[in-house]
Amino acid sequence: MTVSSHTATVTLPTDEQILIVREFDARKRLVWKAFTTPELVRRWWHAKRGEVTVCDIDLRVGGAWRYAMVTPDGVEVAFHGEYLEVVPEERVVTSEIYEGLPEGVSDADAATVNTATFTEADGRTTLTLLIEAANKVSRDAIVASGMEDGLQDALDLLEATAGSLD
Amino acid sequence: MARAATTADAFNAVAEPRRRQILDLLASGERPVNDLVLLTGLAQPQVSKHLRVLREVGAVDVRDEGRRRLYSVNGPALRPIHDWVKAYEQTWSERFDALDEVLVQLEQEEEDDDRE
Repeated sequence: MTVSSHTATVTLPTDEQILIVREFDARKRLVWKAFTTPELVRRWWHAKRGEVTVCDIDLRVGGAWRYAMVTPDGVEVAFHGEYLEVVPEERVVTSEIYEGLPEGVSDADAATVNTATFTEADGRTTLTLLIEAANKVSRDAIVASGMEDGLQDALDLLEATAGSLD
Repeated sequence: MARAATTADAFNAVAEPRRRQILDLLASGERPVNDLVLLTGLAQPQVSKHLRVLREVGAVDVRDEGRRRLYSVNGPALRPIHDWVKAYEQTWSERFDALDEVLVQLEQEEEDDDRE
């Protein structure tokens, strides 16, 4: 496989889930710190696609969080949610809602529950991020958010191909 | 048991890491099952099972050549599905590459603190 351990691997374990796994060459304590400290999150959450403009973290159960970034062409992308479970250096569970939902899509439908788990072995840390959507449509829309041409084009093309197999 | 393949099945089929590995191997040209067994290190029944799933959703084609069955990627069908998960994965890879840099800086800062 051409994938190195430094590549995030994304799989879809069930119709509602997205699982992202990535290994870091650092102790768990530091990965946790970089993942939960606002000044540090600002330095990586942008995914090299813009600048983080808001990074609010109230790291306690019931506490709120909000991240926002602005892309070079001026588009703001923002997410917010609540901390549902916080086990320092082990696990953090949050709700997450994308703030740019299309009209007619309710927060309840689009909200996800995200569980980040940190495990250390031989001084290296594996971060496992499980994203659980309310349903498959939402899950697919989240994955498609990274796609330039949009999911619908892909689905149309695939449907045509699947149809031709009959 | 027999039912029509759906797009949902296809996306899930291709998202499975072993099956993506098989698709990557087939991307360079058609191969018999034995090749895939050697290259993946998986047992033959497992490879056959993955190939069956991929065939059911139209991601791979098969043809007989003498006594061999050769598998190949159905490129046009596959590309959008592959891109679908790949693009999302790319976002997270870039995010985590940036996190790598933060971690290196954190380690450096801690070492500096220890020295003072």
